[in-house]
Amino acid sequence: MDGTISVWMDVGRLDDIPRMGSRVVATPATDIALFRTADDRVFALHDTCPHKAGKLSQGIVHGESVTCPLHSWVIGLADGQAHEPDEGCTRTVAVRLEDGRILLAVGSA
Amino acid sequence: MNSIAPRRTRLVLIGNGMAGVRALEEILSRAPHDFSITVFGAEPHGNYNRIMLSPVLAGEKTFDAITTHPLAWYKENDIELIAGEPVVGIDREARTVTGALGTTRRYDVLLLATGSNPVIIPLPGHKLPGVIGFRDIADVETMMAASQSGKHAVVIGGGLLGLEAANGLARNGMDTTVLHIMPTLMERQLDPVSAGLLKADLGRRGIKVITEANTKAILGTERVEGVTLADGTHLPADIVVMAAGIRPNIALAKAAGLDCGRGIQVNDGMLTSDPAIYAVGECVEHRGALFGLVAPLYEMAKIVADRVTGTANSDYVPAVTGTRLKVTGIDMFSAGDFMGDDNTDDVVFRDAARGVHKKLVIRDDKLIGAVLYGEAADSAWYFDHIRNGTDISALRDTLVFGPSAGTGGDAPGVEALPDTAEICGCNGVSKGTILAAIGKHQLKTVDQVRSRTKASASCGSCTCQVENLLAYALGGDYDATPKVKSVCKCTSAGHDAVRRAILDQKLKTIPAVMRAMGWTSRDGCASCRPALNYYLLCAWPSEYEDDSRSRFVNERMHANIQKDGTYSVVPRMWGGVTSAAELRAIADVVDKHAIPTVKVTGGQRIDLLGVRKDQLPDVWRDLNAAGMVSGHAYGKALRTVKTCVGSEWCRFGTQDSTAMGIALERMTWGSWTPHKFKMAVSGCPRNCAESTIKDFGVIATDSGWDLYVAGNGGIKVRVTDLLAKVTTEDEVLEYAAAFMQVYREEAWYLERTAPWVERVGIEHVRTALSDPAGRRALRDRFMESQRFAQTDPWADRAGGADAHEFQALATVE
Ligand code: SRM
Ligand SMILES: Cc1cc2nc3c(=O)[nH]c(=O)nc-3n(C[C@H](O)[C@H](O)[C@H](O)COP(=O)(O)OP(=O)(O)OC[C@H]3O[C@@H](n4cnc5c(N)ncnc54)[C@H](O)[C@@H]3O)c2cc1C
Ligand code: SF4
Ligand code: FES
Repeated sequence: MDGTISVWMDVGRLDDIPRMGSRVVATPATDIALFRTADDRVFALHDTCPHKAGKLSQGIVHGESVTCPLHSWVIGLADGQAHEPDEGCTRTVAVRLEDGRILLAVGSA
Repeated sequence: MNSIAPRRTRLVLIGNGMAGVRALEEILSRAPHDFSITVFGAEPHGNYNRIMLSPVLAGEKTFDAITTHPLAWYKENDIELIAGEPVVGIDREARTVTGALGTTRRYDVLLLATGSNPVIIPLPGHKLPGVIGFRDIADVETMMAASQSGKHAVVIGGGLLGLEAANGLARNGMDTTVLHIMPTLMERQLDPVSAGLLKADLGRRGIKVITEANTKAILGTERVEGVTLADGTHLPADIVVMAAGIRPNIALAKAAGLDCGRGIQVNDGMLTSDPAIYAVGECVEHRGALFGLVAPLYEMAKIVADRVTGTANSDYVPAVTGTRLKVTGIDMFSAGDFMGDDNTDDVVFRDAARGVHKKLVIRDDKLIGAVLYGEAADSAWYFDHIRNGTDISALRDTLVFGPSAGTGGDAPGVEALPDTAEICGCNGVSKGTILAAIGKHQLKTVDQVRSRTKASASCGSCTCQVENLLAYALGGDYDATPKVKSVCKCTSAGHDAVRRAILDQKLKTIPAVMRAMGWTSRDGCASCRPALNYYLLCAWPSEYEDDSRSRFVNERMHANIQKDGTYSVVPRMWGGVTSAAELRAIADVVDKHAIPTVKVTGGQRIDLLGVRKDQLPDVWRDLNAAGMVSGHAYGKALRTVKTCVGSEWCRFGTQDSTAMGIALERMTWGSWTPHKFKMAVSGCPRNCAESTIKDFGVIATDSGWDLYVAGNGGIKVRVTDLLAKVTTEDEVLEYAAAFMQVYREEAWYLERTAPWVERVGIEHVRTALSDPAGRRALRDRFMESQRFAQTDPWADRAGGADAHEFQALATVE
């Protein structure tokens, strides 16, 4: 995250997120959407669509992408990039799984 | 990044149109970080595909669909867009530009791409409101508005633009006449024979054409009312579109003292007479030539990008261009010198019965021009010969029959093309590039090819060739002309095939359907998953477990998402009837949860707007406590049943329409349908509940009830068809349930009853419901599925179901 020092924060269990679903982690700056794919990988993006700030956490997750609920842009979970023909990018946040727990890189000052 | 970054070159673009923005794309692809870019655009939006204004006018595309660069694109690329403010001055000494509102920016490099303006012939009356050109989205809006309020349209100019405008106006229901000064239409692209065929084709579409028309004056006092011709003919007109040509927009450049002829003069490197100022697009004049099609402009964009970024000293080389008319159903192509002279030979093919005419012009064993009318599938092949100057002496005998001549006629033409052949003229994409992309990225659909290569992304007229290339590259894997609309990009299977497979093969989960039908994606997409979820639910009501992950957010949250991410809550108000107790409860809920807005909906109930996601379960719990349940205002489901006061109160009422409506709503609530389903019951033919634009509408008569189906308010209004006349309330209920069930079982997902009935025909529906046994069987299947559907989703969630949907996983302080 932006070159600032991050800490890994335990935000919950993998099973707290439904497969092909999403949950939100609220932070002072912004909401972060965590996504779980069909094959149990987890990704984290700012919960803001590059188009008109739709909440990506409310979209439909498929493959390694999510479709925004407002105007159906498709955003890649790994890189936050909008799929063609749309253009735009949502910020990604580092996240990893350890023993079924989700660790999120949260920026600290 | 601790050191101060070097100052980036300041690049200012004037003209936020097709050529200018393409140049920016080319520049960014060469040097993403070297420039700080500002764009001034006179139009108040991002860039769009101007070519596609014709399909927008014809109602075939929306403005959103042709927007190529939304505001987010500028933001994403760190480009400052000053939209809606034309530049009014360039100070070449100070290197600044200033906009009409006073915004001033400095530049190191200035790029002019101001396009061109329609020529407005200074006839008497040319300044009247209602006299316009055809250049931008504002013109399209003016034409569409005119078609709402007026009946007659006159288009001056029978060239490409004029005819596309005329087609669009006629498609909007206007009585349209084209006035063309020359003896034949599109004389710069068509020989007289093809032009005659075109005139006849347009006539069949209801477009009148007057050639050799000498327009004398435009008449009107407040706004345009008509047009008179020199021969005394008078034509009424609510709108007059001038499509008599375009003129490069050079006013700004001229005022700044740049060398201008008819256009802004540029050298081969697109540089103007000022070494800091480049120009591209229709505003330029290059070696005395002007431009009016995108292909050369896109080429200029590459040259200017090479130059500005210092990537290469490339030069612009003029090339032949080809033209097509974008009127759906009219197939034509023209390129090169198609008229010929004393030193050329013509090869002509004509099949009058099919309306096909082809003319090839040959000089010194080379093809130098071609006009194809009525059948233009081989245009790429001819165009390639023209551009390359191929020696065609060996081919001459069969040239006019196209590339498949001699092969029995069933080989696709693309096979014969060399790799260099240009398939997409607008974007300059060759056959070789497309085949390479198909191979490298394993592309399977036209959409995929389009997004990889830009082929067919501009005017779209080469889509057919791109399909043929896919067919050729993929062999049996590609269904060249899919007759059925596939469910989505993940499959070639159509909706009907999927529904049949679900029943025949007893498929009961989404992954099972995807496996059985060979889906190309692992877990589908946001288009197919909701469709499959619905089809399974409809097929196996007692067994299928709804997949909330395949539901659009509104149906998952049981509330409508709003643009700010809050939700709206609409409780059911049976038949539009409420009570003091319900109203009081609603008022209490609003106060308790500080809900910002309360609104009466168009569906006779009350909408609570601005509810936060985490508040939803509590709001629902309180509404439930007062006896209110979800109104499914968010669902592809039964929505409202509107009623009027009927015989209980109204002096004209013949039956108790309110009670009938409530009975219908009680029977059908909770049912999921392919698209939303609305009903209404009116107490007499005055029809105060608007029953004739509902999916199922009932109108009471003295002797009973008239039942109507497949109406639609919405985007495309459709009045219902009469389904049956019945006498008892039970029959109304029976028909309603049976109709909903055929619709549920047969329509495609997201197909409302109106388009569905348009597709299958009202007779099909009448037949399905006319036999009493069949009707009752449908009704019984409907009622069976209602046993599982009629649970209030709000009560479930207020009771704790899907709690994770409403709460954050964690909060970081
Ligand atoms: C709330 C309401 C407007 C209002 O304040 O009155 C409304 C609001 C919306 N309508 Fe509507 N429609 C509302 C009555 C109507 C009506 C009037 C009616 O039902 O008599 C129509 C025309 C009748 C018809 O459907 O044929 C109507 C035709 C549409 C359409 C066009 C449908 C079509 O087939 O062309 C859409 C777009 C769509 O569904 O794809 C739409 C879509 C929408 C959406 C869902 C847009 C969206 O996707 O977000 C709006 C949701 C707002 C929200 O969050 O609540 N709304 N909408 C009305 C809710 C009625 C209710 O009590 O449930
Ligand atoms: C209805 C229609 C159909 C067409 N169909 C085809 C087709 O099928 N095939 C084809 O190849 N071509 C087609 N064309 C032509 C094609 O659209 C043009 O060649 C192309 O858009 C020209 O690009 P440009 O950037 O030079 O000009 P434009 O796209 O017009 O962009 C110029 C922009 O500059 C802005 N501008 C002007 N002056 C100023 C100023 N002082 N300050 C700020 N902004 C300014 C204008 O508002 C405009 O937005 C069609 C055109 C129209 C109108
Ligand atoms: S008409 Fe319907 S869809 Fe359009 S803004 Fe109003 S509520 Fe929204
Ligand atoms: S806000 Fe995401 S698609 Fe519009």
